[in-house]
Amino acid sequence: MKSELVLDVKGLACPMPIVKTKKAIAGLESGQILEVHATDKGAKNDLQAWATSGGHELVKHEEEASVLKFWIQKG
Amino acid sequence: MAQAMTAAQVTKKIIGRESLFILDVRNEDAFQDWKIEGENFKYLNIPYFELLDGVEEILDQLPTDQDVLVVCAKEGSSIFVADMLEEAGRDVSYLSGGMKAWSEHLEPISLGTLNETGTDQGEVVQFVRIGKGCLSYMVISEGEAVLIDATRMTDVYLDYAASRNVTIKHVFDTHLHADHISGGRDIAEKTGATYWLPPKDATDVTFDYAPLEDGSTVQVGDTAIEVRALYSPGHTIGSTSFIVDQRYLLTGDILFIDSIGRPDLAGLAEDWVGDLRDSLYNTYRDLSPELIVLPAHFMIIEELNTDGSVAEKLSILLANNHGLNIDDEATFRKMVTENLPPQPNAYQDIRETNMGKQTPDLETQQEMEVGPNRCAVR
Repeated sequence: MKSELVLDVKGLACPMPIVKTKKAIAGLESGQILEVHATDKGAKNDLQAWATSGGHELVKHEEEASVLKFWIQKG
Repeated sequence: MAQAMTAAQVTKKIIGRESLFILDVRNEDAFQDWKIEGENFKYLNIPYFELLDGVEEILDQLPTDQDVLVVCAKEGSSIFVADMLEEAGRDVSYLSGGMKAWSEHLEPISLGTLNETGTDQGEVVQFVRIGKGCLSYMVISEGEAVLIDATRMTDVYLDYAASRNVTIKHVFDTHLHADHISGGRDIAEKTGATYWLPPKDATDVTFDYAPLEDGSTVQVGDTAIEVRALYSPGHTIGSTSFIVDQRYLLTGDILFIDSIGRPDLAGLAEDWVGDLRDSLYNTYRDLSPELIVLPAHFMIIEELNTDGSVAEKLSILLANNHGLNIDDEATFRKMVTENLPPQPNAYQDIRETNMGKQTPDLETQQEMEVGPNRCAVR
């Protein structure tokens, strides 16, 4: 999936993955996609809930060798 | 900087029926599923990611006349929020280690001495895993100890045994657990104790064990403090109770204070409901009603006695526990096979870990054990 920006938050624990994701998405335009790479297992539920509450959409996620990858479309 | 509050300190507040205001900054789903329970606790659940821009919006929802504790899954987000609250002039704490630490805290509570009249001062100690509602036991007498339904926090039992100058000789599991990872085998390996399991629950295990059969007995210490096994299937096909010194009845996951065991976590509810009924309505009813029931779980905080222990006379449970007072077998069958609560988190993986088929790392074990035990039908 094509993304506008890739954010690497591997190795960071809560709340930093969301703090950085929020900052990164603020620089994007509506409809653009942010790709996030994280290792914190809690990131999955939190990013999903954060995206929903912020009007963004988690369009895809996958796990690759313990790295969680997310594609979030800015709302 | 916000101060840390430990799981042990929160436990003291629960047992003392103190008040506490909990600001839980986890997801709504996680909060609804499982939280810190206290009779006089109040709650506000706002996910931390709603507070990244500041805490002004929630200040008027936080009391200033009682302790406020900020809670999250692992502690990081709760420190983040608590520090913002401190900057806003509020005096708050955060839960050290978050819900992970909460799940792992064990509070040892002595149930008093056995054989008060003799020279031996035997004793039963209940380890209350307050966050998850799991109960394990150490029976102590004359320098020896027996451990029952130990959790994976093995150091707690080893340190406690060392502090009491006792040697752990036998380690039992009443059944193959589905809600938590047993520490029994690990403790037996570290101490040279014998690890016992009911053979009917152990058909798929990958390790050696001593078969725990109906009537198996061990002595603790030189005098006759006896721990005797009593076959009582129903939660699992192997579920076994213990009678300690003719005084205590350890019921495992068959009978709890305000509920009874569920028959569906290791097979089909329909297959074992008859065994469960037989154990509850025949096996236990044939015992002395003066026995004090010590279960392997509690479900609600109201089941805690004033000293924090979970224990009640069998006669009182026979009179008051709803699950022991359903005369009609068909009604009983319906209650324990329909409308069962959700299953414990990752219960199949937990069972396989307890069989020795999986060896997850610590972080995975912690993730597997998230949530309450969910072993009962109420």
